[in-house]
Amino acid sequence: MRFWDIGTHHVIRTAGLTKVYRSKGGPTITAVDHLDLGVHGGEIFGLLGPNGAGKTTTVGMLTTRVLPTTGQAWVGDVDVVADPVAAKQMIGVVPQESTLDRALSVWENLYFHGRYFGMTARSAKRAADDALERFRLADRADAEILELSGGMAQRLMVARAVLHQPRLLFLDEPTAGLDPQSRLALWEVINELHADGQTILLTTHYMEEADQLCDRVAIMDHGRILALDAPAALKRTVAADTEIRITSPDSTRVPELAVHLEGFEGVKAVSSSDGLVRVYLHADHGGLARLIAHADAGGFDISDVKITEPTLEAVFISLTGKDLRE
Amino acid sequence: MTTATASLDQALVPVRSKRAAATFAFRALLVRDVMVLRKTFVAFLMRTVTQPLLIVFVFAYVFPEIGQGVGGSGEGAALFSTSLMPGLIGVAVIFQGIQAVTIPLVAEFGYTREIEDRVMAPLPIWAVAVGKMVSGAIQSAIAGLIVVPFALWIPSTPVEVDVNWPVLVTVGPLACLLAGALGLAIGTRAEPGQIPLVFGIILIPMTMLGAAYYPWERLDAIPWLKWAVLVNPLIYISEGFRMALTGIPHMPAPAIYGALVGFTVVLGWIAIIGFRRRVLT
Repeated sequence: MRFWDIGTHHVIRTAGLTKVYRSKGGPTITAVDHLDLGVHGGEIFGLLGPNGAGKTTTVGMLTTRVLPTTGQAWVGDVDVVADPVAAKQMIGVVPQESTLDRALSVWENLYFHGRYFGMTARSAKRAADDALERFRLADRADAEILELSGGMAQRLMVARAVLHQPRLLFLDEPTAGLDPQSRLALWEVINELHADGQTILLTTHYMEEADQLCDRVAIMDHGRILALDAPAALKRTVAADTEIRITSPDSTRVPELAVHLEGFEGVKAVSSSDGLVRVYLHADHGGLARLIAHADAGGFDISDVKITEPTLEAVFISLTGKDLRE
Repeated sequence: MTTATASLDQALVPVRSKRAAATFAFRALLVRDVMVLRKTFVAFLMRTVTQPLLIVFVFAYVFPEIGQGVGGSGEGAALFSTSLMPGLIGVAVIFQGIQAVTIPLVAEFGYTREIEDRVMAPLPIWAVAVGKMVSGAIQSAIAGLIVVPFALWIPSTPVEVDVNWPVLVTVGPLACLLAGALGLAIGTRAEPGQIPLVFGIILIPMTMLGAAYYPWERLDAIPWLKWAVLVNPLIYISEGFRMALTGIPHMPAPAIYGALVGFTVVLGWIAIIGFRRRVLT
């Protein structure tokens, strides 16, 4: 645990942070809309929301790459707009696309990163060696970047981002596009960093990721934060609701079934994806039997019904009426 | 927070002053580029050598030998060989600016996005751009040096070298910086698909009309051309090297220096603006 990360003071703050994209002849898009945010030292803070919610733009502004239209942002005591060079010294960033240097080997990527951040040749060498061990990449030290699998490349990106011991680590959709096994491996890496006291802000549109990793989650949509709390507390807000997953043997009629169930008494929200319908019911135990009967009356076959605990996705749906994947 | 200079572990980086951080980062960026150059030196040699080697071989060896005149034969051929040497150095310098800076940069902006790791280094964005120009200039200088022996020894007639050192050590670095700035300016504006176009409509006309193969003074015979080519920065590089390395009549020195500095500043400024625009939104 590093001493500066102990305590609950905010190591990231934003005040009225706003980004408006104006394109000539195109629409004006408010990607981030008066965002007020505070991230505590040592926590994993998640921004959860669908694509286009403004998560990446928020990270872009906090990491000096996107200039805010209005509002302010600080990392530690550094105003990121006024003093980007000081801010860059304090942060490590893993962007969505690979930014590994393809002209360099795996080891050289780490070594030169250390040099960019002012390490001596000797300490950069040692830091690169240590990082390869720690992130289980030691046997790939001399590999070219293009030889790495997606999971290894992503681990290298994280290894590089923390090489200069930044006080803050930003992970933008760290596991997007990874296979399930690589995703679990990366979660493990993130949890280890967290255990060492690393403050992490991550964005994701996977509710499991936010649920499993984050101490606190901000649910974002259309550039605004709709809810912010610990995952368990967020789920309690919809705890009165029950999620019912209905599978129909005729998957082509699933959207139709969703529409059919939408207006039914006691139904809070309905969504359909992956061949099943998710129905969020107000807590009313009599509702389920009547719901099935209602589907049956509409001429829909039902092959399976599952009642589940609420998830962060349920929280998102109850806040926005739509699916995270939409 | 501000007291948190990390001293718990030797490997930790203390938070430096902005100036110190930027200085370290700038130097490391250059070291990185030189190291990549070393790794790819064979390719660098081949792309540097092929064109000037062929030009000097065909025009200054084959033509005089078979009696077909570019510079004629006898004294004319000797004048041509001498005049060609600085021109070839100029072409190598300009070509390398494009090849060392424009082509990698266009790929990095276009699809690999890898420049972003260097943009996140703790130095101002303009300094990252300047670093690119300087590393382009270093590669241009190496390319210029590599061409010298070919231009001296391949021609079938003697090349009369007359080195003016003060001019060489000022014109040389300026010419290389100008090439780096030109490479970066084009690199921040061209899309990956436009690279063939960069060669076809920028580089080839620049070299053919850049006083590389003939002294600018001799264009007296075609006055409109003599003035039209002044927009071409290669003119001043070729004439600058002609002034530094030969006794052949050249453009007035103030014009050469003024244009070299002017083009470097203007292209460098365009390049920095373009670079910022590409990496910041």
